Amino acid sequence: MSRANDNTGFFYTLPALLVLMFIVVVPIMVVVNYSVQDVFSGNIFIWAGSGWFEKTLTSPEFWATLGRSALFTSLVLAVEIPLGVFIALKIPKSGWMATFYIIVMAIPLLIPWFVVGLIWKVFADPAIGPLGGALAGLTDAYDLNNPLVAWMVILLVDVWHWTGLVVLLSYAGLVAIPEALYQASRIDGASRGAIFRYVELPRLRHVLLIAVLLRLTDSLMIYIEPFMITRGGPGTSTTFLSMDLIQTAMYQFDFGEASASALIYVLIMLTLSWALFSALMKRHD
Amino acid sequence: MTRPAKTRTSLVPALYVLFVAAPLYWLLVTSFKTQNETTLGLSFFPVNPTLDNYLYILTDPGWSSGFVNSILFVSLNVVISIIVAVPAAYGFSRFRFIGDRHLFFWFLAARMTPSAVLFLPLVQLYTEIGLLDTHLGVALAHCLFTVPVAVWILEGFISQIPRSLDETAWVDGHGQVSFFVRILVPTIAPGIGVAAFFCFMASWVELVLANALTTTDAKPIVAVLFRAGGPLGFVHLPILSAAGVLTIIPGAILVFFVRKHLARGFSMGRVG
Repeated sequence: MSRANDNTGFFYTLPALLVLMFIVVVPIMVVVNYSVQDVFSGNIFIWAGSGWFEKTLTSPEFWATLGRSALFTSLVLAVEIPLGVFIALKIPKSGWMATFYIIVMAIPLLIPWFVVGLIWKVFADPAIGPLGGALAGLTDAYDLNNPLVAWMVILLVDVWHWTGLVVLLSYAGLVAIPEALYQASRIDGASRGAIFRYVELPRLRHVLLIAVLLRLTDSLMIYIEPFMITRGGPGTSTTFLSMDLIQTAMYQFDFGEASASALIYVLIMLTLSWALFSALMKRHD
Repeated sequence: MTRPAKTRTSLVPALYVLFVAAPLYWLLVTSFKTQNETTLGLSFFPVNPTLDNYLYILTDPGWSSGFVNSILFVSLNVVISIIVAVPAAYGFSRFRFIGDRHLFFWFLAARMTPSAVLFLPLVQLYTEIGLLDTHLGVALAHCLFTVPVAVWILEGFISQIPRSLDETAWVDGHGQVSFFVRILVPTIAPGIGVAAFFCFMASWVELVLANALTTTDAKPIVAVLFRAGGPLGFVHLPILSAAGVLTIIPGAILVFFVRKHLARGFSMGRVG
């Protein structure tokens, strides 16, 4: 698609830009303001300079939380991306079965996150849920007070909730591949593996980058599900970045410290997103 | 000889469907149970099926107004998002301007900003300008998630339309507004449907901002649920389950309407 070199194009984006400025840039400025001050009772401000940043960056809890979130996100990507692609490959390209699968994949995405937490809190409960009950009957090791079990359950919830998105994206990429390419590779005697490696995977690159971008940023900031299911415990073993942030701001009223951590998170997010976005845009310019 | 992929049936998607369905089935059966039955142990069918839980929710003003509030701000959000996203998507699709690539990134980056970072300053901002506890306030806040996605999806749909459509419209004497309303919007109607679906989805499922920015007048249903069934209080599980089922219905209806265009919505344009 050729595009005209014309700077008036900018003006078309202005309404959307203004809305996003209002909702993102103004609050971020407030966060920046807080992050360099000590706030007492919400209206007394004392200049703190880089104090909160130093405190955050030297705190072992901050690094532990960041590490937990990074590990969780890695596990989420390692499970959901291959699983999503695999399921998408197995869904027929057309017909009522295809429509049925598409609808099923979309349904978990449409459930309020709190309700997802509620569903799984019950479903995985050893006393009142069928999955929890079955697992607890099989082995004594099924105990949500065991950090490993708590992690497995939250990971399972995330897979249940979000693999459908990866499937939908991959499926969209797959149906866009012309049938002629498959025919050509069959004539060449390519194996199923070779077709995937040389025909399908290169054309899935862009949708997969989008899937990684969305799952990476959303899973780093997972909040409701662990809050509902484990309350961040046992101990702090399932306390991830967002929960840590909300606890610091809402329950300890450390606005300065929370804002400094918040800015560090935003910077991490922006760096990761920019790296992925650059890879994504290579095709175009 | 390898067979064409479409004739091959597989167990994997079918198993995944079961995996998706099992917890939902449990939610559904729980919503028809009595409170006693849930505490007595596991039963895979309600022993005495009852509609009392649904009746309770639909007749209790706290619950039903939660539904109305959610529908109101979600609809408002969809309208605002589409109105600002269509011109933006058109601008990105048709013009190459200074910084367009970076601007597109900042649009997407807004979508990545954690709501845990934004909700406190937003509460303060809204208190100052009187947007706190209004449907418009929540709708605007949710633009954070919906506008970037809507711009991205619509950009793909607009890029599929040849430029000659625009040029013919100019020759026919359409002005800017007339072109957008009479020519562009009808042409990309399926794209607007898909974008509206994703806006609806993002706004409907969100809790952190919707809960923080409302007190009573615009309290969404998820927040009512959250109060009644937070992590500590599972006082009445069947009622919570019934409310959960009711929150899934609007999304399920919408997904049925856009099912044909859903996969297409992702696959086109600049980043698809």
